[in-house]
Amino acid sequence: MTTAPDTPPSLYAKREPVFPRRVSGSFRTLKWVLMAVTLGIYYITPWLRWDRGDLLPDQAVLLDLANRRFFFFMIEIWPHEFYFVAGLLIMAGLGLFLFTSALGRVWCGYACPQTVWTDLFILVERWIEGDRNARVKLWNQGWSLHKARLRLTKWLVWLLIGLATGGAWVFYFTDAPTLLADLLELKAHTVAYVTMAVLTLTTFFFGGFAREQICIYACPWPRIQAAMMDEETLTVAYRDWRGEPRGKHRKADAAHELGDCIDCNACVNVCPMGIDIRDGQQLACITCALCIDACDDVMDKLGKPRGLIGYLALSDEGMERKGQPPRAIWRHVLRPRTLLYTGLWGGVGVALVVALFLRLPIDMTVAPVRNPTFVLLSDGAVRNIYDVRLRNMQGSIRTFALSLKSDSDLRLSLEGTDTLTVQVPADETLLQRVYVTAPAGSAAAHATRTELRLWVQDAAGTDRVSSDTFFNGAPQN
Amino acid sequence: MTEHRSHQDDQDVGTTGHSWDGIEELNNPLPRWWLYTLYVCIIWGIGYTIAYPAWPLISAATPGLLGFSTRQDVADEIARFETTNGQIAQRLAMADLADIPADPGLNSYATARGAAVFRTNCSQCHGAGAAGVQAAGYPNLLDDDWLWGGDLAAIHQTITHGIRSDADDDTRWSQMPVFGEILEPEQIDQVVMYVRTISGQSHDAGPAAAGAVIFAENCAACHGETGMGERALGAPNLTDAIWLYGGSVDRLRETVTYARAGMMPNWSPRLSETDIRAVATYVHQLGGGE
Repeated sequence: MTTAPDTPPSLYAKREPVFPRRVSGSFRTLKWVLMAVTLGIYYITPWLRWDRGDLLPDQAVLLDLANRRFFFFMIEIWPHEFYFVAGLLIMAGLGLFLFTSALGRVWCGYACPQTVWTDLFILVERWIEGDRNARVKLWNQGWSLHKARLRLTKWLVWLLIGLATGGAWVFYFTDAPTLLADLLELKAHTVAYVTMAVLTLTTFFFGGFAREQICIYACPWPRIQAAMMDEETLTVAYRDWRGEPRGKHRKADAAHELGDCIDCNACVNVCPMGIDIRDGQQLACITCALCIDACDDVMDKLGKPRGLIGYLALSDEGMERKGQPPRAIWRHVLRPRTLLYTGLWGGVGVALVVALFLRLPIDMTVAPVRNPTFVLLSDGAVRNIYDVRLRNMQGSIRTFALSLKSDSDLRLSLEGTDTLTVQVPADETLLQRVYVTAPAGSAAAHATRTELRLWVQDAAGTDRVSSDTFFNGAPQN
Repeated sequence: MTEHRSHQDDQDVGTTGHSWDGIEELNNPLPRWWLYTLYVCIIWGIGYTIAYPAWPLISAATPGLLGFSTRQDVADEIARFETTNGQIAQRLAMADLADIPADPGLNSYATARGAAVFRTNCSQCHGAGAAGVQAAGYPNLLDDDWLWGGDLAAIHQTITHGIRSDADDDTRWSQMPVFGEILEPEQIDQVVMYVRTISGQSHDAGPAAAGAVIFAENCAACHGETGMGERALGAPNLTDAIWLYGGSVDRLRETVTYARAGMMPNWSPRLSETDIRAVATYVHQLGGGE
């Protein structure tokens, strides 16, 4: 390491523009497919329909914030079932651990929205302004009518993509066809327009101008993921023991023992992050593998074996230097650590699915009223009040019957009705005031605590749940 | 390896000179857009304190150019709710009292509104849970014992005009005589024993028998021959388990000797008819409504 130079360097650095060159190859093809799939899922999902009857929305995936419901095809999640969301987040976390420990920053390189949208924006840029050399030339030119036309066209297309991104986002929160009509007639809620405007502009700037700056300076994942990698993790790496010393392979150099790297800079020119993979693993590398495609192409032309740049683990380096072949890919991927993550991930997944199928479309919470803890009635009987919340998690109105089970002589009654049944509207929670009365002189009337169990069942008797609570007697004076 | 693994730029920027466990900190420059973002945030911050109330002065803060006020926000929000609920509030004010509980929409609106009115105006005496204060003259509204009637109309009447409220000519009014000036202490003890008898509490049979006669002569006019009370006069039922001022011998002797006259304000000028109907509906559904 060198010491600080005599003249202190500038504290702030200008962004160096990156002009990634077009590349083709297996990883590029994989990235095109993943881009089509991820963007397809994102844009199409809100338009899928799912019939849930007349009283519930028919959008397959809907985050109904106003009514606090989350619909996902046949599944409907209520606020009290938020543990499903927690479980999904835990699975997402474990999934990230798994993929990062096995394949490094594969999320960053292939699936991260920043990567996917930037890739799309670069594609648009290439269509309009040409490939790397044309873009570098255009960048260095002064402003002209030609440059202005190209720039404006590019920005317009970027803005339209941004608008579509923000536009698709808001469809997840309300009925998509209705909202689209409202949006076009300019009568949708302000929140929808503001959300779309914010997402349009962030997409435009993040994908068009900030690009790699987001990954390097704004995103916490590179730091966190680096901590989850080990010497068996596959990352994109340059086999410097094979490539060095690099050189142009001119006739004059023939005498020297040169490595396979011809220093053509193909790997640097295709890199969307503007880095040189030959410097080794670095924070800015998102492992998108485009340099592998670029280098393989060059090696093919030279008639040398592929893989000067390739997916490699740190532990392979020593073996390769000794001339041994690297360990098989599957041995890097299948090891105790990744199997443990897979097991945990699967365990949480299975638990969620089981919980999903075990839950009943009926639920009850019982909250004893504590102010006061008991009420003395004129005939000497003692009454307790309970706030009972009855949930009808079905798309039709249902009649629920309440009953009470206790070893003591306790009687159940409901506020506002002489019966023990209430009608709960479709997909709603009903708050019912419930009274439990101990007759005058009975044991429960003066016992400190009496156990009791409240049952609720639907009219058909198929769904029933219970809740245990206590009865407070009046102290005898 | 090292010469390949360290970026060429590292050589240019050098280190900050900080070294810890052999780890050195590169003196990398910050991105320039980051600096500009900081400047924009500073300008935004200054603009914010000009646009919104910010700088504390002696009596208030600077008002801000946009005229934003949290109080105005609350007022707007309340106005918005009043507009939204205007129709149903109107319906509540006009509806036949007895019809309110049977109308689910009206009932739930009245109950919710009444709960808010109750907490603001009634809970000071009756308690937040409406349980009153035991044996201290603040009635429990959750039980089934009502001095002046427990149907919706009676509750509405009581809230509107109050009890023994000087400010209202239509107030509910009655006065128990101060029997300390009429009866001898021994007679009072006897009548207390009699009241304990009819309410099913422990008593001495001898004085109670004498008390029966005194009761018939002095108390039955209001409390009834059997002591069941008289709602028209707000005279409590003396045979039940509920005692507004306590049912012990000492408390009963105190009550008979000095009399009781609880007071509740008339709410009609203070609360709107809609609010009174709302709070009456709320009280009616607390468990004791008739």
